[in-house]
Amino acid sequence: MTEQAGESDPTAQQPDEHDPDARGYFGDYGGRFMPEALIAAIDELSAEYDKARIDPDFLGEFNRLLRDYAGRPSLLTEAKRFSRHAGGARIFLKREDLNHTGSHKINNVLGQGLLTKRMGKARVIAETGAGQHGVATATIAAMMGLDCTIYMGEVDTERQSLNVARMRLLGAEVIPVKSGSRTLKDAINEALRDWVTNVDSTHYVLGTAAGAHPFPLIVRNFHKIIGIEARAQILDQAGRLPDAVAACVGGGSNAIGIFYGFIDDPAVRLYGFEPGGKGIETGEHGAALGEGTPGLLHGSRSYLLQDEDGQIAEAYSISAGLDYPGVGPEHSQLKDSGRAEYRSITDAEAMDAFALLSRTEGIIPAIESSHALAGAIKLGTELGEDGLIVVSLSGRGDKDMGTATEWFNLNSPDAAASRKDS
Amino acid sequence: MTDGLADFLKGTKAEGRAALAGYLPAGYPSIEGSREAFAALIDGGCDILEIGVPFSDPVLDGPTIQAASGTALSTGFRLRDLFGLVESVSSAGGRAVVMTYWNPVYAYGVDRFARDLAAAGGLGVITPDLVPDEADDWLATSTEHNLDRIFLLAPSSTEERIVSTLDVSSGFVYATSVMGVTGARDAVSSAAPTLVSRIREHTSDLAVGVGLGIRSGAQAAETASFADVVIVGSAFVSKVADGLPALTALASELADGVRTSPAPVA
Ligand SMILES: Cc1ncc(COP(=O)(O)O)c(C=O)c1O
Repeated sequence: MTEQAGESDPTAQQPDEHDPDARGYFGDYGGRFMPEALIAAIDELSAEYDKARIDPDFLGEFNRLLRDYAGRPSLLTEAKRFSRHAGGARIFLKREDLNHTGSHKINNVLGQGLLTKRMGKARVIAETGAGQHGVATATIAAMMGLDCTIYMGEVDTERQSLNVARMRLLGAEVIPVKSGSRTLKDAINEALRDWVTNVDSTHYVLGTAAGAHPFPLIVRNFHKIIGIEARAQILDQAGRLPDAVAACVGGGSNAIGIFYGFIDDPAVRLYGFEPGGKGIETGEHGAALGEGTPGLLHGSRSYLLQDEDGQIAEAYSISAGLDYPGVGPEHSQLKDSGRAEYRSITDAEAMDAFALLSRTEGIIPAIESSHALAGAIKLGTELGEDGLIVVSLSGRGDKDMGTATEWFNLNSPDAAASRKDS
Repeated sequence: MTDGLADFLKGTKAEGRAALAGYLPAGYPSIEGSREAFAALIDGGCDILEIGVPFSDPVLDGPTIQAASGTALSTGFRLRDLFGLVESVSSAGGRAVVMTYWNPVYAYGVDRFARDLAAAGGLGVITPDLVPDEADDWLATSTEHNLDRIFLLAPSSTEERIVSTLDVSSGFVYATSVMGVTGARDAVSSAAPTLVSRIREHTSDLAVGVGLGIRSGAQAAETASFADVVIVGSAFVSKVADGLPALTALASELADGVRTSPAPVA
């Protein structure tokens, strides 16, 4: 990785034809459906990012942190034993789980942390679902000397309690949110309420490629590195481009990051896997792209789970990081254009893939990422033995051990034996 | 526009007073209960009735209005119930405007919403999360249906945005007096008079409303010394539980307040 911005720089933030238009629209989706009180702050953020994205000092510092702090480039690992369960197609894992803090979220927070410093703000706030974005934000706040407050739905503070402890240890204040469904959507609401009250001193580090313009652009660009690295690595290791790229979709940041590296390779099919929860037919899911309709949530127009009155539905997923009724606007455009395809994976399918990867590869994935793994098994079966798939392994599963212990009854001595056949 | 808000607000200005606007969520504490609550506000002297559309994700509201909206939704409020309420407010002599997050309108259909609101006697819409930049279709349909477009301005608004917002506003413009969410506060923020005078540098005839945090006659009087419309929300919402006479009493206290101090000379 070079110290300068330029064509060879894999994290280049340069404007290109995939940028949204001047009003922040990706086709019909995006925009700035925000209270007037926050417009000045998002204008300031846009202006700062427009300067930073072409500033060699900013890019050099961002690249240095990605390398020396986050540990990039992340590995691309072939999952040979796992692949046997996927119709024999070759499956490679883009190992975002190996980044510092354990997920892809660190890429975005390093970039936004640097922007916060450039804007002269001393405090950051963030929402978190799985707690991975909260941990990442608390981490860079500690490293950069920023005050940090994290909003987390009360349900999620319970199912991801390890991450609550991590954030507190890192010096962040964690506020459990008790409104609405007490999950990610409500954490974003509460973070927005904090932001509108403290906007002079505070930057809102949004954790996914959603929200008002310029967040979907900025978050995508800070995660582009995932796809750019993966493309070079798969060419190196497999000698060709993959047939398919698979990622889970909560708000869509790891997916858009890995998709981006292949977006101009029309032969590479892009697949996003949304949380199918207890099954689409039960209504308890978070499949915004598959089941939603266009609407306005958290600042942008995008696909959304809502009723006919425009009341936002409560999403459901076993995975706290995917439990969100909306999705980033660029995914809505990719869905409509057909460039990407979105499917859903149930809790049970994801948990099976969670166990399978653990047992076949010695890698415990996040439950979020397990949705992409379950998707890859299906894709592999469709593609057959010649298939080549890159999966975004967006995070590691330590945080999910409570859920897994319950799901697989891991406290029982028989639990391990039951699936030795894998 | 005949008998629109602008004409009415010219009248209150001529009387040397501010107008009083009272907010309650539609369907709170129940659909029938909210008809009675608005009637109580009218009895007490509210000039303008702000009928809030309960929304699942009210990001600009504090705990009081969040809870009331939640109650309204869980007791079965549907968007179609809004228009009946507007009609009952109008026929009781109130000037009804709707305050709504934009997604319910977007889902209902902007044009259909405007048509049904106008037919029910509604005068305009306050749009807390819709800025003029995103409002092309609303600018067109509101003109077509003679509805006022009440946008918000904030202490953080730039001069440029104040000008461009005033350009497309009608009825009045809503100056949020503090940076923050709704909720009653002890002191009226000092940011409010500053924002109002910044706004008045760019308009001589559009009325300016000030809200967020007012809950007493004294605060209403203080606000009326620099604003044309004094807007009260959370304080009324909190009073609903105390019964209709309490609501009327608070409205009269505030209505006295807006008459206590002369409205500003533009
Ligand atoms: C490991 C991991 N993967 C994926 C996600 C989903 O977010 P996104 O869709 O923005 O990548 C999360 C969110 O918390 C996460 O922690």
